[in-house]
Amino acid sequence: MIKVQREDFDVGAELAALTAGRTDVGGVASFVGLVRDLAGGAEVGAMTLEHYPGMTEKKLAEIEAEAQRRWPLQATLIVHRYGRLEPGDRIVLVATASPHRQAALEACAFLIDWLKTKAPFWKLEETAAGPQWVEARDSDDDAAARWNPQRRVAE
Amino acid sequence: MKILYFAWLKSKVGIAEEAVTPPADIATVAALLDWLATRGPKHAAALANRSIVRVAVNQEYAGPDHPVRTGDEVALFPPVTGG
Repeated sequence: MIKVQREDFDVGAELAALTAGRTDVGGVASFVGLVRDLAGGAEVGAMTLEHYPGMTEKKLAEIEAEAQRRWPLQATLIVHRYGRLEPGDRIVLVATASPHRQAALEACAFLIDWLKTKAPFWKLEETAAGPQWVEARDSDDDAAARWNPQRRVAE
Repeated sequence: MKILYFAWLKSKVGIAEEAVTPPADIATVAALLDWLATRGPKHAAALANRSIVRVAVNQEYAGPDHPVRTGDEVALFPPVTGG
């Protein structure tokens, strides 16, 4: 499931909903991204997340489908916020449910790594020097690239 | 053709979107960017460094040789920084 929203989300409620009514799930892995008050050595007051409505949902759905193709997953969830966020606020939640932990953990890491390099979001940080668009980092590309060529978890 | 600008491309060009009618010989993403850069000093400044401009045609990532045609939605934006 994909949710792109301005509002905050309740991690516990989202994870509970992911497996509600099921008894065949062995484990749920999750990642929660938060706004930091420090970026590249500069203090950040708040940030505004811009996105490309339409393409965002499309790319997230593709990334989710790719995870489901690569791992035996029973449920997946991506919640990504946009708009103005303050340090400590939640930005993103990724969760995966599988009969086995390895698939859930790997797919969760895959989802956040691919999301960071493929989903059309941009961060505008409020710094002492004025608003600054965050630049993409090579380390994010490297993190995404480790999932190519395709690696499959032993089933 | 609808052109969308995001993040600092939007700030530099000064608008979020515009409807354009490029000449008939503009058939690829690269040619379209060259043509857009001639629309004014703001466009030229925004498109000065093509290596940091990403393009999506009809909401799919597209390289410089990707075709563009009348009616397409073409978005220009920097490398993404979500998550």
